[in-house]
Amino acid sequence: MSILVNRDTRVICQGITGKVGEFHTRGCLEYGTRMVGGVTPGKGGESVAGLPVFDTVAEARDATGANATMIFVPPAFAADAILEAVAAGIELVIAITEGIPVLDMARVLPVVQASRSRLVGPNCPGVITPGECKIGIMPGYIHTPGHVGVMSRSGTLTYEAVWQLTQLGHGQSTCVGLGGDPLVGSSFIDILSLFQADPDTHAILMMGEIGGSAEEEAAAYVKAHVTKPVAAFIAGRTAPPGKRMGHAGAIISGGKGTAAAKLEALRDAGIEVADSPADMGAALVRAMGRAKR
Amino acid sequence: MKIHEFQAKDLLRAAGVPVLAGRVARTPDEAAAAFTALGTPVCAVKAQIHAGGRGKGKIVGSEQRGVELAKSADDARRIAAGLLGKTLVTIQTGPAGQTVRRVFVESGCAIDRELYCAVLVDRRVGSPVLIASTAGGMDIEEVAAKTPELILSEPFDPDRGLASYQARLLAAKLNLPAASWRHAETFFRRLCAAFVSLDASLLEVNPLVLAKDGTLVALDAKMTFDDNALFRHKDVSALRDEAEEEPAETRAAAAGLSYVKLDGTIGCLVNGAGLAMSTMDLVKLHGGEPANFLDVGGGADVKQVTEAFRIILSDPHVKAILVNIFGGIMRCTTIATALVEASKSVGFTVPLVVRLEGTEVAEGKRILSESGTAIVTADGLTDAAKKVVAASKA
Repeated sequence: MSILVNRDTRVICQGITGKVGEFHTRGCLEYGTRMVGGVTPGKGGESVAGLPVFDTVAEARDATGANATMIFVPPAFAADAILEAVAAGIELVIAITEGIPVLDMARVLPVVQASRSRLVGPNCPGVITPGECKIGIMPGYIHTPGHVGVMSRSGTLTYEAVWQLTQLGHGQSTCVGLGGDPLVGSSFIDILSLFQADPDTHAILMMGEIGGSAEEEAAAYVKAHVTKPVAAFIAGRTAPPGKRMGHAGAIISGGKGTAAAKLEALRDAGIEVADSPADMGAALVRAMGRAKR
Repeated sequence: MKIHEFQAKDLLRAAGVPVLAGRVARTPDEAAAAFTALGTPVCAVKAQIHAGGRGKGKIVGSEQRGVELAKSADDARRIAAGLLGKTLVTIQTGPAGQTVRRVFVESGCAIDRELYCAVLVDRRVGSPVLIASTAGGMDIEEVAAKTPELILSEPFDPDRGLASYQARLLAAKLNLPAASWRHAETFFRRLCAAFVSLDASLLEVNPLVLAKDGTLVALDAKMTFDDNALFRHKDVSALRDEAEEEPAETRAAAAGLSYVKLDGTIGCLVNGAGLAMSTMDLVKLHGGEPANFLDVGGGADVKQVTEAFRIILSDPHVKAILVNIFGGIMRCTTIATALVEASKSVGFTVPLVVRLEGTEVAEGKRILSESGTAIVTADGLTDAAKKVVAASKA
């Protein structure tokens, strides 16, 4: 078991004929993901990495039985690509694209919420169930199958955490990149509820960052609904207010979104906090040890 | 991207949002002429910098505030002379302050009450919201912290805009006289429409004024734009004032790098925003002070990495550099080659500590050790942090 994706997930790539889309489609194929096709308007009938290319998502779904899509469409057109995937009834829509205007996402989110589709991202590394299915840009080899659920707002920080877990001998059930933008399709809470319900996930490691209040809301949810051990790290303790730290979402504004407030909320919810980014894997091990006592 | 108050007011005026008449001046004489041309008994002379808190802020070395009232052309000239070319320190500029290059001379207005309103994207609601408060002219963050019940909020769909009833609801809760409700409807709906049509990320009017004649006027205006949407707003992009921005940050943006200057002594070069923030935290945790945030991104090439080093080294306070790369898509061999080439072409004057992990790490480390460049390699995050902090203090 796992969440969101497994060996049976049938995946298409929107933007497969672009350089980045093709590169990562090949990467996912090499990992063993069941890539079944791609979509680029106007390039239907072509073939990329041995996969058929379609003009529309609806055609691709009808022809391949795809139930997931990863989106590499350029930012100006990415919101439309998400809407197309949702309209075609694709169950899992993973938007990798970075730089989508925030108001475009404000237009997209209500449509996603009213549908049966789930959106992960945008501006995220993707989702991986180690040994079964990788949808996104993360390096596959750092992962190992196991029972820790990992979720994060940041890409390379997730790799760091996964690498620490793997070296400590703790594999992962599923790793989910939520994305670094202010408006994203799935929140910590959405994924927490899936991890809590998944019998194969025994503990949860989350990486948050400054800005917004997603971590505080996650902490409140953990306190009320999660029985599994949880550990967390918050990036940006040293970030000054008013400065955007790379991610559009990572900014302390109006005294809100500070690391201190987030850490306090996490600790208050009984979550094991890693003080150093070198300590993320170890914090998860501590959380599991504490739960056993 | 930020713009000046006078630019924001031009945009609001074009969108039909009531603002007062005003003129920009670059010299004291221009300010005096602006006063005369406006023809009102009182004008406000306002420093134009990319930071708020100007009314309470002070010019370095004098008692002059960033915003003062002029009752004559001579007054306007004197106030402008006290601002132009001087450094204004406000709660938002930091202790270094910002140089005032322009003033905005604006007509006066008969004020009945001062209110607050702003449009921004609320992450929890997932849509833009109009927020308003009766506590105008004050530090709204303090109001939000101490008396959150005074902050009203109305979410709206970007395409449908703010509904008339929502505007009336706010007008009633703000205790505006019924005669002013239709003005409030126009003001709030047009303000929200301007926010959406310009892809703003913040549009703040503080104070929003209920004038004695019952109309609403934006007495101040602060606008920030979504950088990701600037591609479809060439007219807004043209308003960029690079003189107000940190030169190194502008240079980094041109090279496709994300760089934020900080006050410490340890330069950081990292791939990925989250890891870059965490690396700063790590440096601090081990007793050092980061000199910058720098994310080279996922697919940086030799040219970009070289430029990143040049930018870091252009900060005279940097005493050591920490490179922290978790190779995923970016191979460690690529970054190692770039490091070696950059060290040859840039010429390092400070110690360089490198921590590599991930794709092709062994080969990457070999490239570094065989290059003969003076690079300190580190195993793991903690080792890297300790080494760079020690190097910065040596």
